Amino acid sequence: MSLDPRIDDALARLPDYLGNHVLVSVSALLLGLAVSLPLAILSIRRPVLRNALLAFSSIVQTIPGLALLALFYPLLLGLSALTGRAFGASFSALGFLPAVLALALYSMLPVVRNTVTGILGIDPAVNEAALGVGMTRRQALLMVELPLALPVIMAGIRTSAVWTIGTATLATPVGQTSLGNYIFTGLQTQNWIFVLFGCVAAAVLALAVDQLLALMENGVSTRKRGQIALGAAGIAFIVAAALGPGFAASRATYIVGAKTFTEQYILEALIEERLQAAGLSTRRRDGLGSTIIFDALKAGDIDVYVDYSGTLWTTQMQRTDTKPREEVLAELKTWLVARRIDLLGALGFENAYALAMSRKRAESLGIRSIADLARVAPGLSIAGDYEFFARPEWRALVDAYGLSFRKQMLVQPEFMYPAAAAGEVDVISAYTSEGRLAQFDLVVLDDPKHVIPPYDAILLLAPGRAGDAKFVEALKPLSGAIDVKLMQAANLRANGKGGDSSPEAIARWMWGEIVRSGK
Amino acid sequence: MPRAPIIEFSDVSKTYGEAHALEHVSLVVGAGEFLAIVGPSGSGKTTLLRLVNRLAEPSSGEVRVENADVRLADPPLLRRRIGYVFQGIGLFPHLTVAENIAITPRLIGWEKDKRAARADELLNLVRLDPAHYRDRLPAELSGGERQRVGVARALAAEPKIVLMDEPFGALDAVNRDAIGRDYRALHAGLGLTTVMITHDLTEAVLLADRIVVIHEGRLIEEGTPRELMISPKNAYVRELIETPRRQAERLGALLKGGA
Repeated sequence: MSLDPRIDDALARLPDYLGNHVLVSVSALLLGLAVSLPLAILSIRRPVLRNALLAFSSIVQTIPGLALLALFYPLLLGLSALTGRAFGASFSALGFLPAVLALALYSMLPVVRNTVTGILGIDPAVNEAALGVGMTRRQALLMVELPLALPVIMAGIRTSAVWTIGTATLATPVGQTSLGNYIFTGLQTQNWIFVLFGCVAAAVLALAVDQLLALMENGVSTRKRGQIALGAAGIAFIVAAALGPGFAASRATYIVGAKTFTEQYILEALIEERLQAAGLSTRRRDGLGSTIIFDALKAGDIDVYVDYSGTLWTTQMQRTDTKPREEVLAELKTWLVARRIDLLGALGFENAYALAMSRKRAESLGIRSIADLARVAPGLSIAGDYEFFARPEWRALVDAYGLSFRKQMLVQPEFMYPAAAAGEVDVISAYTSEGRLAQFDLVVLDDPKHVIPPYDAILLLAPGRAGDAKFVEALKPLSGAIDVKLMQAANLRANGKGGDSSPEAIARWMWGEIVRSGK
Repeated sequence: MPRAPIIEFSDVSKTYGEAHALEHVSLVVGAGEFLAIVGPSGSGKTTLLRLVNRLAEPSSGEVRVENADVRLADPPLLRRRIGYVFQGIGLFPHLTVAENIAITPRLIGWEKDKRAARADELLNLVRLDPAHYRDRLPAELSGGERQRVGVARALAAEPKIVLMDEPFGALDAVNRDAIGRDYRALHAGLGLTTVMITHDLTEAVLLADRIVVIHEGRLIEEGTPRELMISPKNAYVRELIETPRRQAERLGALLKGGA
């Protein structure tokens, strides 16, 4: 029995997360080696190629890991569509493939640099001797240059391994399960034990692999075969131990997706709980980016998730007008049908974008609506989440009300609400289903011109899943069952401490409430 | 008895961009001969040696080894039948003494046992105890020991020709003399043809059958040690010969009990 139920939860997820983490980082490392070693060797006597190779891998290194991983998704998606058209066979652009490719690219620099440095650093007299005794170029490479450069190359492989294992935590948002799932889930649900657990697990894995490779490196430079074998056996053991349970686990039939915020994790848990109650096996793919998740559903990489009508209205349908709630839903449903996606139903609450202020501040300034706000906005500051200021709703608000602020900043949603309450920022972008609005005594400003479209939470099913009766029956009861008060209360619970704040516990509580209210 | 030619340079020139390393050099080395090439640094003597096993290619002219134009030979195969002792010794630091010695036999495809036996045989030949030296790494050897291993490696594949580039330059006087005399005995005993580069005329005079002097890429003097000592034709060579001759006379006088 652990001190904290969250530790039990974290441990229960370890085989899946660690296994996937090892699988993706080892695959990326092997692929990276298979590409960068031969390229580096080939470039030794070709200065132009060598400089190009070093420059390329250095540039890749300057791209932030998260961005590199995210870039591979649309790239592969395009490629998949292309092969789909050309050969009638497309592949999944989500998860393993983009993660492995991006990480492999990321792993190249240390290997390339050390291989080049190692071989070019050999005493020219030794090289001359290799040719003088009658070696061919190939023999000189295999019998003299590579053995002499091996310790330096091994050091590069070590650096590369540590980088790859660390960066693999960023594979989560492109849909590849990794130890990063602890970190992303933990950050979103304010589960710091998860965050810490993920960091420590990734660090321990990286250190263990680094030390085993160090043992091999030492064995190589001191010509001790035993040390090389011991290091290799250790790494093989880690791989086998990490992958064993993962492969033994049965393949889940239904995959539930979630975006990267608290409400999504709770609803994901609720959907999963309902499916399991109906005897279906499930798996999660959470922490997915907002547009990645829709493409993933369209491609059948996930089976079900909750999106919001306004999000699809603006980002997928590219609409700039707004219409009443029911009309948006109806038009969206038709649009989705054309893409073979089924809109099973609205959950019953809206999670709309809104502008919010602390009640005290709003009253002292006499602000009740966005129209009131526009008059005093030039003297105020506004904070938004990473998406908000890039969204069409924001542009529409600016255009419709002539909004202009003294200062505009990007803040992690978790920190926005307390900042508004403390007066560190005057106005924030908020979500109407957010539990912390009440907690921090914030008021949502009216939108008299109806600029912001409605954001009904809706259940979307992947192409082909609408005909799956058991699946649909299990999810039907969620339709119209969650009002905004229930969702706000659920979201607020997620900010609490202890076992009750896990998405699973909240999902169970929500279902209890739904059954009790008899909807 | 005139010797059959084994290495022939015919009007060989070598330029590196604007610089002339060798200009119209013609030279014949006879089978079994011990030829020393003497000249100051940068005179082109190393380039001349490297033309023989195609570590360098002439810009014009022809080099023949055993009556065949070297351009017709595959460089690695050519090098495997010519022993080479390098200026920097160039032992492979990751291979043991025995592995270093047996490297060319390994390239030719000798069996492992035969290679080990050959390495021991050569260690004995260069007066190093096989039991004591065969499994050591080059870093564990002294300069003299390393040079002996370098000579053993050059002889491993039973070459007829051995090229030596300042082989004993880095050694102290005692070691240098000992290895020089030992090598001279091997040269005679194995019936080798040896071309040795040195900037030290005394060494050349004491070891070689014949000496050629290279200066600024040109062959300026050629003859037996005795001919060179007694009647050098070239002014530079006269100057070159002056120091060892004066030293020899002074040593001779000392030994006779004079001064």
